[in-house]
Amino acid sequence: MTDADRRAMLNAIGVADVEELFADIPAEIRLRRPLNIPEGMAEAELRRHMAELAGRNADAGRYACFLGAGAYDHLIPAAVSQLVSRNEFYTSYTPYQAEITQGVLQATYEYQTLVAELTGMELANASMYDGATAMAEACLVACAHTGRDRVVVPRAAHPEYRQVSATYLRHQGLEIVEVPFRDGVTPVDEVRARVDGRTAAVVVQQPNFFGCLEDAEAMAEVAQEHGALLIAVITDPLSLGLLQPPGAYGAHMAVGEGQPWGSPLSFGGPYLGFFAAQGKLVRRIPGRIAGATVDRDGNRGYVLTLQTREQHIRRERATSNICTNQALNALAAAVYLTLLGKEGVREVAGQCVQKAHYLQRAMTALEGVSAAFPGPFFHEFVVRLSADPEEVTRRLLDYQILGGLPLGRFYPELADCLLVCVTEARTREEMDRFVTALGGLA
Amino acid sequence: MTGYQLKGSFPLIFERGAPGRRGYRLPPLDVPEQPIEALIPDRHQRTNPPALPEVSEPEAVRHFVGLSRRNYGVDVGFYPLGSCTMKYNPKINEEVAALPGFARLHPYQPEETVQGALELMYNLERYLCEIAGLSRATLQPAAGAHGELLGLMIMRAYHESRGEGHTRREVLVPDSAHGTNPASAAMCGYRVVEVQSNARGGVDVAALRALVGPKTAGLMLTNPNTLGLFEEDILEIARLVHDAGGLLYYDGANANAILGICRPGDMGFDIVHFNLHKTFSTPHGGGGPGSGPIAVREELVPFLPVPTVERDGDRYYLDFDRPQSVGRIKGFYGNFGMMVRAYAYIRTMGAAGLKAASEQAVINANYLMKRLAPLFDVAVDRYCKHEFVLSGRRYKRLGVRTLDIAKRLLDYGIHAPTVYFPLIVEEALMIEPTETETKETLDEFARVMEQIVREIEEDPDLVRNAPHETPVRRLDEARAARQPDLCFCAPASSTVGEVNAGGGGRTDG
Repeated sequence: MTDADRRAMLNAIGVADVEELFADIPAEIRLRRPLNIPEGMAEAELRRHMAELAGRNADAGRYACFLGAGAYDHLIPAAVSQLVSRNEFYTSYTPYQAEITQGVLQATYEYQTLVAELTGMELANASMYDGATAMAEACLVACAHTGRDRVVVPRAAHPEYRQVSATYLRHQGLEIVEVPFRDGVTPVDEVRARVDGRTAAVVVQQPNFFGCLEDAEAMAEVAQEHGALLIAVITDPLSLGLLQPPGAYGAHMAVGEGQPWGSPLSFGGPYLGFFAAQGKLVRRIPGRIAGATVDRDGNRGYVLTLQTREQHIRRERATSNICTNQALNALAAAVYLTLLGKEGVREVAGQCVQKAHYLQRAMTALEGVSAAFPGPFFHEFVVRLSADPEEVTRRLLDYQILGGLPLGRFYPELADCLLVCVTEARTREEMDRFVTALGGLA
Repeated sequence: MTGYQLKGSFPLIFERGAPGRRGYRLPPLDVPEQPIEALIPDRHQRTNPPALPEVSEPEAVRHFVGLSRRNYGVDVGFYPLGSCTMKYNPKINEEVAALPGFARLHPYQPEETVQGALELMYNLERYLCEIAGLSRATLQPAAGAHGELLGLMIMRAYHESRGEGHTRREVLVPDSAHGTNPASAAMCGYRVVEVQSNARGGVDVAALRALVGPKTAGLMLTNPNTLGLFEEDILEIARLVHDAGGLLYYDGANANAILGICRPGDMGFDIVHFNLHKTFSTPHGGGGPGSGPIAVREELVPFLPVPTVERDGDRYYLDFDRPQSVGRIKGFYGNFGMMVRAYAYIRTMGAAGLKAASEQAVINANYLMKRLAPLFDVAVDRYCKHEFVLSGRRYKRLGVRTLDIAKRLLDYGIHAPTVYFPLIVEEALMIEPTETETKETLDEFARVMEQIVREIEEDPDLVRNAPHETPVRRLDEARAARQPDLCFCAPASSTVGEVNAGGGGRTDG
């Protein structure tokens, strides 16, 4: 804005000075000094500064990343970032004016369809903040739907998901009942011992936090016996290219983390929570939903729908307070799943399984490294080390390896264990390097 | 069935492609392949592959580029959507957020490998605290509403720590508030009590005085309020709430008016959220991702969620050991990619630039209000801050509603203002031009509004039937809600229950 423009505008408003526009702010709360924030930078200075900050981090481009645990380093097709960077998408607000935001609305409808198809559920919403909040909101839906106040959650579910759910539920007077694990999985008899007439839902994470496959079907049966719902939680939905979808084992809701569908690791966010459900829950589910309809001329078009569930209509009686969600990540997911397609998702899942087992075999052949749990796993597994896992992962940095998650921070009883993840993005060379390095450390 | 048509229906991705086609090729498997049954027991395996699209990369690209051309963003044109602060999103922010040193960090990397990221978070927190006039902040919430929920949890933890958790069960919310305020309060287990507005659009202090008391947990307020007006009685309001033992929550949706001019903490607010995707220029992405950090007063710091980012000499670290914390409300540390963009914005603007932005936002809003005042009823005749509210009620007698005016704007290539909000103004149009628009753009908008008013008088049906030039025309929302069609269902498959069952109907495992 030029000085001349500013002057002309102030004249038109009828004030001599911009200060007059702030005259209604009580004098005692006017800030009479500049904010204590560094002076502004030109673009070139900022670029240098940011590159310096970024350069002090060890990124998964330079290091071979064997960390998973809810955030996964999958390959991302080049077209994903190109397409989500289209200005018409990423500089758009929530599609309140449907006639000029058909792009976002149709892409959301396509995303919902893709999620429903992969999870084997009847419908999905436009996205939640992340997997952890999606699980928390699913627990709230289950309590509201059943009128009960307890949710049974395995300790083998993601610790942060459990923490977030506990925070959400506590404030509504609802409780979480935890189920211990044995041999890396949740024993069905331990679940059964905790399910009763107060149980709104049983949660099963599949595969669980340790990468192990749970007996989800049996847990669904236990839930059903007591009129509780089954909530399936999935931290890497690319597993669904190969694994049984939650709809097939009787889940009422399937929620989880959509980051693996084309969103970069980005130090933990922005990601997206996916939320799929059976049709009968449609009026209880939180968040935006796109629906198909027709326009005045009979053309197919899309709108945000079932809005009477939402905060801007229902206010304190809404199903959730969520408003802004993770639309651009949902768009990335739609693009990613479109590019990978029917064959691609199966191949990604297959490569994850093959590579993870290759590394697990090679690692457990080492002296001082053993498999912590006996059962089948997908692309994450736990090894027990003779050396301190914290120390081992630090020393692996010298080999350009981000070597997995030491479990002691979440499970004191597993302080000698390391959770390792292998996606299709890891190469045999990287895995062999990991094994060689570990051989010298473990 | 081309990808470039702009009007009428547009094929779904599921209606394109052919069996066997794919848009991405993986490197060949470079380890010896085992039979899959030997690794994953049969009963855990999917029996039918998911029916995903089968298209080539160029087909996929044309499809999504085609969709993008049926969409509107602030890079396309003027977007005066009130309460949403649709300012320009600087491109350098996208470039730096995509640096591998930010975009390819795993959240569980050892601390010594993410020092740059932690330093950025640490400093962003300090800048936001300085802008808020408060002590500490958390960057964890993913959106404004998420920040509200967390802020209320902190409010509750504070009262519980003083043994008043069971008595202070009410949160006061003005009738002009954003819908998220009451929804967040309810989600936090609070009873919502509505406070009336006065004739000048502010909180009715007499009404507030009658409502505050020993049951009051706090008051949620946005200042400037949703009419775009500064709460002149803010100090009296703060005193009333504090004297009654309650806390003051600041909904930062409207913070674009006050950067460097006044601070919520100085007004008496105890908890503040900011929307990085509004005030701090991070793009809204068609509905997210956002980021809704909250800042709090010293006494509330112990209740912040885990982890906090701390500094010890040259070393930055995450602190999980906070016994009074409300817990965790999101996985990992929040929407880090949005923090990078907001940090870049604040560093670009500097203290002087931020203040200049707020001043210009207020000048732009007052200028446009002045230009439009002859055409509409101004909700309250005062200087506004960053936005203002008009009423289109005078056109109702001609059979034209505010919704029609909004739709007609679309024909002129302009995004409509927020309509029918705040609820306290009949036929409301809530207009927020932001500081990044030029005088010419504002003048053009005023001219278009004048033209629409002429159309209302000369040919109201033209406006009533708008839009005419958009990819689709007015959509049947009642039908969408009555017969929900939420997933594409291939013609051969059946529907289940009350909704169009989409893929679920076709997948038996």
